[in-house]
Amino acid sequence: MSDVLKFHFDVDGSDFSSAGEASVVVKKKLRQLGYPADVIRKVSIAMYEGEINMVIHAGGGCADVEVHDDEIVIILSDKGPGIPDVALAMQEGYSTARDNIRVLGFGAGMGLPNMKKYTDEMQIDTKVGEGTVITMKVKL
Amino acid sequence: MTLQTLCEKLGLEKIIFDHDTEISGVYVGDFLSRAMSRVGADNVWVTIMANTNVVAVASLTDAACILLAEGVQLPEEALSAARENSINVLSSDDSAYDLCLALSAALNGGEQ
Repeated sequence: MSDVLKFHFDVDGSDFSSAGEASVVVKKKLRQLGYPADVIRKVSIAMYEGEINMVIHAGGGCADVEVHDDEIVIILSDKGPGIPDVALAMQEGYSTARDNIRVLGFGAGMGLPNMKKYTDEMQIDTKVGEGTVITMKVKL
Repeated sequence: MTLQTLCEKLGLEKIIFDHDTEISGVYVGDFLSRAMSRVGADNVWVTIMANTNVVAVASLTDAACILLAEGVQLPEEALSAARENSINVLSSDDSAYDLCLALSAALNGGEQ
C-alpha cells in the first residue's frame, strides 16, 4: 500500500477568470504521474465543473484531491446557500445561473450532470443555508 | 491534416501558434460545459466565447486549438493564460457556420 497523494486548493469565489486553475494543475500532475488519458479527462471535467459551480453559486470553497491506489477522490466543499432540490439540480439544462454568468458561457445546466457522467461515484451532501460537500470518485 | 496546413488552407490568423498537431475533428459551440464534455483531444474548437475560461476548457480537453470566429479577440489576460498553457489560438473574420463549411471541405478533402 503506497502513500495517498493529496492536493488541496482554495477556490477563490470572487474571480471568474481564475476559475478552473485548480483543475488545470491537477491535470498536469496526473499527466506527470502517468495516468491514462481517459482517467485524466474524467477527473479534469468533473473537477472543473465543480470548481465553476463553487464560484457561480457558493462564493468559492475548497477542493481536495486524493490519489489512492485504486481510485482518485475529489472532494469539493463550500459554505454556500446549499441546493434546495438536488433532483432538479441534477436535470440536464436546469440552471439557476443569472444572465451575467450566462454571457460568460456558463449556466448551460450541465455542471452537475457532467460531474455525475464523468465519475464512477458521486455523493452530494447539502444543507440549505449551510453549504454543500460533493464527493466524487474515479476508479483506476 | 495538421493544424499548420489547415491554417494555410483556410487563411486563419495565428494569434498564438505554440505547436503543430494532427487534427482529429471539430467541435463548435459556446457553452463551456457543453464544450467541456464534447471537445475531443486534438479537436479544432470553433467559438465566439472570448474569456480566460475558454483557455481552461481548451487546456483540459487537449483541444488542438481555439478557433475564434467572427473576428472575436481574446483579452490579454486570456492570451497570457494561453501562452502559459501552450494553447494554440487562431482567428478568422468568418462566421462559425462558414468556418465549419470550410473545415468540412478541408478535412474531408472536398473542394472549396
